[in-house]
Amino acid sequence: MNVPAAFDACLPMEAMVVERTQESPTIFTLQLRLNDAAAQAAYRFKPGQFNMLYLVGVGEVAISIMSDPEDLHWIGHTIRAQGRVTQGLAALKPGDSLGLRGPYGRGWPLQEMEGRDIVLVMGGLGCAPTVSVIHYILRRRSRYGKLTIVQGVKHAKDMIWREQYARWATLPDTQVLVASDEGAALWPWHVGRATDLFTQARFNPDYAVAMMCGPEGMMRAAAEILTGRGLPEAQIYLSMERNMQCAVGRCGHCQLGGLFVCQDGPVFNWGQVKSLLEHRGV
Amino acid sequence: MFCGSDHAGFLPHEQLSSLVASLMALRYRCLGPAVENGAIVMRELSAPDALPRGLQTVQAPGRYQLTQDPHNRYFAWTNGPQAIKPHAFAPEESLWRAERNEQGRLQFKAVEPEAPALALIGVRACDLAALALQDAHFLRETQPDAHYAKRRAQLFLVAVQCAEPGATCFCASTGDGPTPHAGYDIALAELPDGFVTVAGSPRGAEVLKSMNLQPATPNQIEAAEQQGQTAADSQKRRLPGRNLRDALMSSLEHPEWDKVAARCLACGNCTAVCPTCFCHAEVDEPGLGGHETGHVRVWDSCFGESHGHLHGFNVRPDTRSRYRQWLIHKLATWHDQYGRSGCVGCGRCISWCPVGIDLTEEVAVLVSSEEQP
Repeated sequence: MNVPAAFDACLPMEAMVVERTQESPTIFTLQLRLNDAAAQAAYRFKPGQFNMLYLVGVGEVAISIMSDPEDLHWIGHTIRAQGRVTQGLAALKPGDSLGLRGPYGRGWPLQEMEGRDIVLVMGGLGCAPTVSVIHYILRRRSRYGKLTIVQGVKHAKDMIWREQYARWATLPDTQVLVASDEGAALWPWHVGRATDLFTQARFNPDYAVAMMCGPEGMMRAAAEILTGRGLPEAQIYLSMERNMQCAVGRCGHCQLGGLFVCQDGPVFNWGQVKSLLEHRGV
Repeated sequence: MFCGSDHAGFLPHEQLSSLVASLMALRYRCLGPAVENGAIVMRELSAPDALPRGLQTVQAPGRYQLTQDPHNRYFAWTNGPQAIKPHAFAPEESLWRAERNEQGRLQFKAVEPEAPALALIGVRACDLAALALQDAHFLRETQPDAHYAKRRAQLFLVAVQCAEPGATCFCASTGDGPTPHAGYDIALAELPDGFVTVAGSPRGAEVLKSMNLQPATPNQIEAAEQQGQTAADSQKRRLPGRNLRDALMSSLEHPEWDKVAARCLACGNCTAVCPTCFCHAEVDEPGLGGHETGHVRVWDSCFGESHGHLHGFNVRPDTRSRYRQWLIHKLATWHDQYGRSGCVGCGRCISWCPVGIDLTEEVAVLVSSEEQP
């Protein structure tokens, strides 16, 4: 049996925290740089892909990449301090080191989407992988049509990057629709479900494409509304989240039906996963 | 396997030890059946003539018991809890180590396993089929697993035809046994006075050639074939088809899932004994000094709390969804991944289930249209 296999195929690289930003009480962004200059120079990814970040002695966690793919100086991750590893990552300071391997998975097919109206549907921290899409599109604005950003959060305090959203709302051909299930004082946007706002969304279903990221219930509801407005299923994409430990389709935790989310996804076409998401616990 | 074979030899019972001796001379560590904690496991043979005779088992849902073979054969026993899987997909495997050097820099080093050459004597057709499925998973061209590949390349497999399948066996219905078809180096069919013997690989042929066996007679070959057919015909359990994908995927809300979940303890025994289950967790094992840590993979089970754990919620929070995941993956979505069912009919999940849940019975209910909601 002669299979060429490298023992170091899944070996992390050393990365250093270059900058750390506290986005909300529990959400933070780490800008990382690989310590090996050649590795950093060779590092390429597509929006929607993810890295495995490794905290020494604790373990690894899959985090999507939120920086711009053409920014070759650092690799950005926005993380919620929630579990053992992410709480440890939250304690890192500029200059601290950690492990990084990646990028893994399939990203958004952004080149195929050129020329189309773009609808982005984001829930909670689902905004991290899609915010990188917004940056990507804004830097290549002429290649895309109207941009509609729909963002839902559970509570007003979960809404990060508020200034950014307000600024995007002022751009031409760009619509920003934000909703929070629970409002708060000075909350400038809608109180209720993000899906309530779709009636206001201005896009042409004949040449639009949607990208969704967030809780599965929200994405299912959004897909139903979007298809109801005439958007073909084939023009709806979503990013899925599952327990990922190996990131190369081997450990089995991320299976969704016959799909390995880490490898076949995390970005899927809606039609690929629609029937599976109809059943709780698949 | 034996039918129409021009090269089948005959190995008298008293010469079985010379086959083991030949493998030992080739520096294989030879593993054969041994009794441990009341079950048959594969353990290293101390000497060429150390293979036990007369072992047999009685198996039923939730039941495994050692008995004595009245004919005192070498391989009258059916499968114990494990055979090949742990020797290629190790239950615990060190993948890499992380160290912080004196300058505080992190260094990562791959760990290459010590993998001695092993000859497994007495493996069965179901487990050869299972190994082929594990190969398909771990040795995919796009991302072959080096640890698995190294251990796998070291295996020399001496297969045995099952003459008396256990009551929980259903390999005939999955098409994987009871006679080995492929994937072995040497295959044996045990007759009252010896073994019809064929090679399945060049290195297996080398070993047999060096033993100068007499050719098997047409009668012996015919007896081996007949024995395999009788063994297949004797199996009472079966799956209702080889491709149950669509039938099961349209039964995801069948009431039977609730009924089986009420019995299932979610202990994970079925996944631990299944020869095709590949799920594993990756965990860190920090050294006490704080400067180094090991990164290890260990077998995991889809019945465990942590398998579907995601920050803040669990994808499969209850036994119903976990049992469904195990069965649907094994019999339905495996087709999507590797072009066939992930079940080889070994029956271990039935024997080793503490409450005797029978996969074949569950499937029969799930795909029968009358009980659909």
